[in-house]
Amino acid sequence: MELRDTPEEAAFRQEVREFIAANLPDGSAKRGARRFEDDDRAWSQKLGEAGYAGLTWPKEYGGSGAPYSHQAIYLEELARAEAPSHLGVIGLGMAGPTIIAWGTDEQKERYLSKILHAEEIWCQGFSEPDAGSDLAASRTRIEDQGDHFLVNGQKVWSSFAHIADFCILVGQGLPDAPKYKNLTYLIVDMHAPGVEVRPLVQITGHPEFNEIFFTDVKVPKENILGGVGDGWQVAMTTLLHERGTLGFALSATLDVAVRKLIALAKERKVTDAILLDRIAREWIELQALKYTNYRSLTALQKTGVPGPEGSASKLVWSENNQRLTKLALEILGSHAQLTNGESGGDGYWQYQQLRSRGNTIEAGTSEILRNIVAERVLGLPRSR
Amino acid sequence: MDFSFSSEQDDLRREARAFLEANPSPSMEQLAGLGWVGILKSDDFTFLDAAVIFEELGRALYHGPYLLNEVAGQPGDEVWSIEIDGYVPHLEKVARVLRPDMTAEQAQGETVAAVDDGLELGRVSRNGSEPAQGSWDDVRRRLLAGFALYQVGLGSKAIEMAIEYAGKREQFGKKIGTYQAISHSLVDGYVAIELSRSLAYWAAWCVAENDEQVDLAVASAKSQAGEAAVLACEKSIQAHGGIGFTWEHPLHRYYKRALWLEGALGYGRVHRAEIAQSLLAG
Ligand SMILES: Cc1cc2nc3c(=O)[nH]c(=O)nc-3n(C[C@H](O)[C@H](O)[C@H](O)COP(=O)(O)OP(=O)(O)OC[C@H]3O[C@@H](n4cnc5c(N)ncnc54)[C@H](O)[C@@H]3O)c2cc1C
Repeated sequence: MELRDTPEEAAFRQEVREFIAANLPDGSAKRGARRFEDDDRAWSQKLGEAGYAGLTWPKEYGGSGAPYSHQAIYLEELARAEAPSHLGVIGLGMAGPTIIAWGTDEQKERYLSKILHAEEIWCQGFSEPDAGSDLAASRTRIEDQGDHFLVNGQKVWSSFAHIADFCILVGQGLPDAPKYKNLTYLIVDMHAPGVEVRPLVQITGHPEFNEIFFTDVKVPKENILGGVGDGWQVAMTTLLHERGTLGFALSATLDVAVRKLIALAKERKVTDAILLDRIAREWIELQALKYTNYRSLTALQKTGVPGPEGSASKLVWSENNQRLTKLALEILGSHAQLTNGESGGDGYWQYQQLRSRGNTIEAGTSEILRNIVAERVLGLPRSR
Repeated sequence: MDFSFSSEQDDLRREARAFLEANPSPSMEQLAGLGWVGILKSDDFTFLDAAVIFEELGRALYHGPYLLNEVAGQPGDEVWSIEIDGYVPHLEKVARVLRPDMTAEQAQGETVAAVDDGLELGRVSRNGSEPAQGSWDDVRRRLLAGFALYQVGLGSKAIEMAIEYAGKREQFGKKIGTYQAISHSLVDGYVAIELSRSLAYWAAWCVAENDEQVDLAVASAKSQAGEAAVLACEKSIQAHGGIGFTWEHPLHRYYKRALWLEGALGYGRVHRAEIAQSLLAG
């Protein structure tokens, strides 16, 4: 066991720090209620050029082929600087890894590098009005028309769809096949005729996710990932990555939040023992998540598979973030929820607190994640 | 960065688990025979090796002064206990007692209470106090880390008992583990223990390396593992139904030990107050 950086890791950490110091646009760390639309595409492009966006991706796909420990260090340093993350969340975290795992050489060549350089933005079209947690109940129809697929249906809650160039889409490819063998997974051009995006306003007041309507959208045959009927397995690859096998991105986000919470407590000169107790608890919870991720990372590096303890990262992170943001509002005082009040500050916490309610719903609800941990990690009998 | 135990430490864990399954409460002589006594004084071992043993002792709900004797770190071959919040565990099983003012006493006095049938607490009489070796700060750090590790072992075992039970007990024609009210509750217990395990290993490493974060780490580990072990036992008792509430079932002993350990050297909030002070300073 050695928790300090190796000389090689220390050198990489230093390099990342210097990169951030030289390139982070002034003031981005201090931005208040920052949302992804405000994120700097230029910053994401710089991360791509410097090789940080695809640190662990294989070199032949434009990645850096670095070990996972570098990914952890890079994310820690971004958090320390409170720097924005790469804009291409869905591309980097879901579409890219899925294409690496399932894609043809042509698909890898066509898409991967543009994801890293934030040249093309991706969205995820999984959820539908009648198929949320139960993804395999998708009703979107994917028909084989010989020289192309024809897509008809509706997706919902799709983040980034309003700025996306491509969508990873799951639908019914084999309507007569048994459940879980009925799905097909496609890459769909969001600029194709028949694709219509309608923004949906979230609880925060911001339109950050969307409905997508597909009406007779023609998708080229070469845009399939896996085969017709393989969609469920391909989607599992995506979700494995979405829920953060490693969880480092999550502990990095939480790290930023805890830093801001402590700064707020200092600024407001908190002395109330109960508040101090709760602040300390959030700090401890962060360490617990971070070191749990390290355990999982070490297992991954030694054995090629992440340890089972990592599977709960997203579950834990989402609940931590909800508690922490509410605590921040409590420190701000009564009426804190009003962004235009006197005590509210710049609106950062008000936005974060409301946004955090989505954390236990998006990327697998906490109930679904508990089912997964119960069945796959604890080995309890299946509930369905 | 390597957050895992060495292959020798993994072997030690396997050996310890097998031994303790056969002998859950070995004598100090038996433990000396295994080479475990004086492990922290030996140059061949570090606190991480001791950590493996402490955790396995918790799993086995070991009764005895071994952990206290090791973290007391006093010279000689006598067996030591440590006075904790005024009481001395296993007073009658040891020769000497270390007190937080770093005086050493002969183990004289009387047993006044029992946490469970394996842990008795006594009051030591002041008798010819002599100065002990080392500093209380160091002893306390080792104790906090040691207790956290023991609690992690104890809590894992409690949750594993419930998982096993929920996988075979049937009601309404189904295994009770298929009901989410049961399975989700056990997931929460499992997750709390895993998070505490990470903190306990971090604390053990900080103690072994005398890292600058050692005080934050041991305070974090003790407070979280203390609460997690109690939670794990409570969830396990609930999942067992009536049988979990009996004297006959081993769970109540795990639970009582966990409750005692949670409070020993301060409940979680005591440690969180220290952490908050350090975080908000400067
Ligand atoms: C901020 C945000 C961003 C999102 N972004 C995207 C995106 O980019 N792309 C995308 O495809 N989707 C996205 N989603 C959608 C998200 O994946 C779904 O909302 C989620 O999977 C739940 O589906 P649902 O909303 O239909 O709820 P339902 O599945 O209907 O669930 C309703 C409630 O029932 C519970 N429930 C359902 N099944 C079970 C079960 N078996 N056991 C116990 N409880 C159960 C759920 O946990 C939940 O509490 C986003 C959601 C949010 C909040």
